[in-house]
Amino acid sequence: MNGQAASNGDSASPDFIRIENLSKHFDDFVAVDSVSLSIARGELFSILGGSGCGKTTLLRMLAGFEVPTTGRIFIDGIDVTDLPPYERPVNMMFQSYAIFPHMTVESNIGYGLRKDRLPKSEIGSRVDQMLELVKLNDFRHRKPDQLSGGQRQRVALARALIKRPKVLLLDEPLAALDRKLREHTQFELMAIQDRLKITFIVVTHDQEEAMTLSTRIAVMEQGRFEQVGTPKQVYEYPCNRFVADFIGTINTFESRVVGCTDGVIEVESAEAGSHLHALTDKPIASGDSVSIALRPEKIFISQERPDAAEDTCLHGIVEDLGYFGNLSLYRIRLSTGKIVQVSAQNRRRSAERFLEWNDEVWISWQRQSAVVLTE
Amino acid sequence: MKRRSAFVLSALAFGYAFLYVPLASVIFYSFNDSRLATVWGGFSTRWYGELWGNDQVLDAAFLSLRIAVTSATLATVLGTLAGLALVRVTRFRGRTLFSAMITSPLVMPEVITGLSLLLLFVSLQQLVGWPAQRGFSTITIAHTTFSMAYVAVVVRSRLAAMDQSLEEAAMDLGGRPLRVLVDITLPLIYPAMLAGWLLAFTLSLDDLVIASFVSGPGSNTLPMYIFSKVKLGVTPDINALASLVILFVSAGVLLAWLVTRRGPGQPGRT
Ligand SMILES: Nc1ncnc2c1ncn2[C@@H]1O[C@H](COP(=O)(O)OP(=O)(O)OP(=O)(O)O)[C@@H](O)[C@H]1O
Ligand SMILES: [Mg+2]
Repeated sequence: MNGQAASNGDSASPDFIRIENLSKHFDDFVAVDSVSLSIARGELFSILGGSGCGKTTLLRMLAGFEVPTTGRIFIDGIDVTDLPPYERPVNMMFQSYAIFPHMTVESNIGYGLRKDRLPKSEIGSRVDQMLELVKLNDFRHRKPDQLSGGQRQRVALARALIKRPKVLLLDEPLAALDRKLREHTQFELMAIQDRLKITFIVVTHDQEEAMTLSTRIAVMEQGRFEQVGTPKQVYEYPCNRFVADFIGTINTFESRVVGCTDGVIEVESAEAGSHLHALTDKPIASGDSVSIALRPEKIFISQERPDAAEDTCLHGIVEDLGYFGNLSLYRIRLSTGKIVQVSAQNRRRSAERFLEWNDEVWISWQRQSAVVLTE
Repeated sequence: MKRRSAFVLSALAFGYAFLYVPLASVIFYSFNDSRLATVWGGFSTRWYGELWGNDQVLDAAFLSLRIAVTSATLATVLGTLAGLALVRVTRFRGRTLFSAMITSPLVMPEVITGLSLLLLFVSLQQLVGWPAQRGFSTITIAHTTFSMAYVAVVVRSRLAAMDQSLEEAAMDLGGRPLRVLVDITLPLIYPAMLAGWLLAFTLSLDDLVIASFVSGPGSNTLPMYIFSKVKLGVTPDINALASLVILFVSAGVLLAWLVTRRGPGQPGRT
């Protein structure tokens, strides 16, 4: 694991939330498999993973709905593992929103404060604040079944935020929204989080959402964390093939190491049909088999052979291309038959294509762009 | 619109006639002026008036109503608790068995239920001296035991259809389990509880067999009174009484249907 500390510049202790060896077994099925993690105060931490990998189960253990099979949870220095949900300084926004259907928007949002027996006047003013924050002032007397999906989602958010919990857990908060509203809400969420200084833990299976929202991301698979790091670290330095594949698109070349000096390795790849170079700080010896991985946008495409001596150059033909407005995607077939995906920005405005099907092209990349994957 | 075949239509008419002609004739003859129950002698409401003067009828009706209200209320409380335990309490050993067992009173022949309860009351009396007399209390207990099964079944299906994360959300926001029950669960299942109450009420009002087993001398419920009178021949005042019972029970069933028909999330007020 690549557990670098939070890099959001706070002086906060990285141990605001500490999870130690947390596991959850359902009979003999292991849903969460000894996960350990530290989260700093004020972080917006995302848990990213495919369906059924244990994200919701992990969140439910943090909220107190699921009793861990092993392990402990500390929040702000206090062991909360054995506390019931109503005594934890944690609130949750449910995947289904779970808005009380028999209460108005207003009384839904105020529910948490009423259970804390705050004076009526304070409840009133804090509900007003929340309605303001999520822009639902005009809907305060509506019943939930008179709201749109996006409005319901904002009620759920306001209801979970009003108690100013130390930690807010969000289970796929944006899954039910359309793309435009989702992008808009992402930024709203970030703004709210920034304003209230509450630590957010967001579960999602949408990698773009995780990349835009988070200070750090944990990539989860079969109940384990494959990698924990900032969006940049996880994208640019994936620690293994699963993470590299899961986040974005990546080209991989199966290779065998032929030499290694000063952190520069030279490999021989039958798939690329030539020797490749890459930088790594992993302990690697000649003869090891590794994968050299490259993101499509790290590869340059040109009609003439580029002349930078350090760079890797391969020759191929354009097998397929797609135009996406701001960028174009190319599938290049190398002479070995290997397909490489390349993306390029459409800098020039032109109705004609820069490349056509079956054009001969050169693809090249800087050696520091290549990632070495050992598993 | 598709044309319905004559066969389907006549089958439908026949079926409904089979169900409702007897009831209709009871109501029809209750307005019969003649003393002979089956000979038409002109329209009259005198038998309804005569019922008012009949103390035996009034006593029986009053006893039946008291039993029905008490046993329906007890059955609703117990049945709701049973439904909650079966659906919401985390898995316990034998939950499936209990789940199946709760429905057994629904299929048990009434004669058996009545007999077993009678045996229970008799041996209780010998052991602890209670119930000294069989009557209101024994019939109420008997009716509660079988109608609570109906309530439990109605409440259980409502609970099973309810999103459990609602209760979790309330707990997450600081509601202790008992408060969550009052704030969230009960308001959302109360239509089912009300329907269960009405069902239990009409079942109790209807029951002849079980009540006959567990009643004592001098405590006649309305169905028992009617049955004993009819053994001596049908009289027009019985027709009037039966018509009133029909009216009462159909009103109850209609109300139960109206209450359950309301979707989840609209239990009236907040
Ligand atoms: N109460 C339970 N009993 C048995 N197995 C369970 C239970 N809850 C969850 N699981 C199993 O644990 C695994 C993880 O479930 P979880 O709900 O955490 O997935 P998830 O990562 O949230 O998936 P999704 O993205 O689809 O919501 C799943 O395989 C699921 O079948
Ligand atoms: Mg989930």
